[in-house]
Amino acid sequence: MANMVAEEEKATIPEAVALEIYRNIYATRRFELRCIELYRQGRIRGYLHPYLGEEAVAAGACAALRPQDYIVSTHRGHGHCISKGADLRLMMAEITGKATGYCRGRGGSMHISSKQLNHLGANGIVGGGIPIAAGAAMGIKVRQGDQVVVAFFSDGASNNGVFAESLNMAGIYRLPVIFMLENNHYAVSTPIECATGCCDLAGRGPAYGVPGICVDGNDAVAVYRATLRAAERARRGEGPSLIEANTFRHGGHHVNDPGLYMDPKLLQEWKARDPVAIMQRIVADPVKIQAIEGRVEAELEAAVDFAAESPEPDVAAFLAEIPD
Amino acid sequence: MAEMMYREALRRALDEEMQRDPLVFLMGETIAERGGSYKVTEGLLQKYGARRVVDTPIAEASFTGMAVGAALVGCRPVVEILFVDFAMLVMDQIVNQAAKYEFISGGQGKVPMVLRTQGGAGNGLAAQHSQSLEALFYHIPGLKVVMPSTPADAYGLLKSAIRDDDPVVFIEHKLLYMTRGPVPAQEALVPLGKAEIKRPGRDATLITYSYMTLKCLEAAAVLEKEGIDVEVVDLRTLTPLDTQTLLASVRRTGRAIVVHEACKRGGVGGDIAALLMEEAYDDLDGPVLRIAGRNTPIPYNLTIEKACVPSVQEIVAGVRGMV
Ligand SMILES: Cc1ncc(C[n+]2csc(CCOP(=O)(O)OP(=O)(O)O)c2C)c(N)n1
Ligand SMILES: [Mg+2]
Repeated sequence: MANMVAEEEKATIPEAVALEIYRNIYATRRFELRCIELYRQGRIRGYLHPYLGEEAVAAGACAALRPQDYIVSTHRGHGHCISKGADLRLMMAEITGKATGYCRGRGGSMHISSKQLNHLGANGIVGGGIPIAAGAAMGIKVRQGDQVVVAFFSDGASNNGVFAESLNMAGIYRLPVIFMLENNHYAVSTPIECATGCCDLAGRGPAYGVPGICVDGNDAVAVYRATLRAAERARRGEGPSLIEANTFRHGGHHVNDPGLYMDPKLLQEWKARDPVAIMQRIVADPVKIQAIEGRVEAELEAAVDFAAESPEPDVAAFLAEIPD
Repeated sequence: MAEMMYREALRRALDEEMQRDPLVFLMGETIAERGGSYKVTEGLLQKYGARRVVDTPIAEASFTGMAVGAALVGCRPVVEILFVDFAMLVMDQIVNQAAKYEFISGGQGKVPMVLRTQGGAGNGLAAQHSQSLEALFYHIPGLKVVMPSTPADAYGLLKSAIRDDDPVVFIEHKLLYMTRGPVPAQEALVPLGKAEIKRPGRDATLITYSYMTLKCLEAAAVLEKEGIDVEVVDLRTLTPLDTQTLLASVRRTGRAIVVHEACKRGGVGGDIAALLMEEAYDDLDGPVLRIAGRNTPIPYNLTIEKACVPSVQEIVAGVRGMV
């Protein structure tokens, strides 16, 4: 984190962008809290990995993208999905396993994807999305398109071989991909210091000819700016970038993990730099903030109702589709 | 006999083997400090130290390869891969390296390692955390494949797997960790390659393993009330396969159904059915049946997830249809 650019400031970004970012940060925060409630009520099953505390990374990065740009997500993917423009109703329906969900109730929280949003998918395999992102960028190059791809993944994934191999190939072929390393400092309970001999994760980029920078991941504007620069570079044909966005989970690894191994002092420090509050200070206008929050609350309740009223997938129809 | 949970039985096996042999060591993700996601390795770090209970980064392919290397220089590593789904990342090291080493070295080297992993559906974990992939390992010469259904078997088989000189893929089931059962108070090994008749019967043989053993026993209890007496053979190890016990049972009952959770297509059941055809054709009163998982990825939604794997009713109906 040594070379982290401290960038929290009264931002000189267009107001519309700032409002969009705040909307996505706030929507993600509220969505995750609502999901945890629904999980406790038994309406969500399986794995649920909240993005609480990390909202600014996805919101900042996606604000720098156009609708036609692609993203690849992770098991902790709700924030990426929301920030790419997802319909909260279809997300909630998916996470509660309903037929009306993005993936017809087949994927759940860990596997949401949306063709319409150019969201290539969350992933249950740590690191599984990284080469897919590089491959999407390869496809764009073959098609001679001008889109870029953002690969979201965290510190744990950066210690898997696919990270090194993908970075290397993206460097060779100058692929229009942005490796967005959300360094939340833990892989489950393993602190990053215990999982690598060198914690300068951004520094791994230059080893493959890929510029690597470090930003404050709780400051959405810093992430936005870095992503914008990387996207412009990619569109100019200059190839990939690695962005290490430093952030921290506000709780355990998943909904049933109290995260007792997390250093309470560190957690407190990060919570004091809450991405919601930081972005509120940047937007500054309480009327606009309130209006956004009101709209999000209404959308969220509509999403919960939509999911509750939606039908379960039809068993007979499901079975009929399966080949012998 | 002591009552214990499947996961406690596994822990006891690891503990005893580590005590007995200082060359046994463990590697895996969050197995040390946190004691493993399923709590199998809890307390072992405190007892044996960080040299022998090693937390790894998320680097399955390489730490499994490291187990192969450590085995070649005389250790007995036990690696944990959290889900069998993630074992797909280590296929080179298991299939091309571990399984082949003894052969291609002309017998000079052995790879006495265990890959412990866990599979199966039932917890709403969706397509990449719910698979039953044993057939992939079963297919590979040079590997042993173990799939215990009870705490006693988990205990006795893991001990044997650790002492075995070949690479062993040891597949637990996520729905079994909290199940309880008697385990011998004294040290007791269960040999690899020995099936167990979990319930004797005269009318038909259910051939099964892992979690489906419990479903078959439930089905047998239902059928008993109808006067149908079913034998349940728990294979326990798929490789080596205990063909003797299997054939003897089928010769007695004349009817056989193979039951497994893994997809029917390309499953172990097809191989066993073929074996019965080849070896016991004259003793069979009818075709061998397979009751197995649907040929689909496992969905997240509970209702359709349930529809993907064999149920007790389906097994009961299968037996009724053949006796
Ligand atoms: C290949 C693989 N290994 C292990 C796991 C189990 N697992 C799920 S999430 C996780 C931690 C991932 O850490 P990180 O990449 O830092 O992501 P974060 O949870 O911090 O967002 C692990 C080990 C997995 N899903 N896939
Ligand atoms: Mg992490």
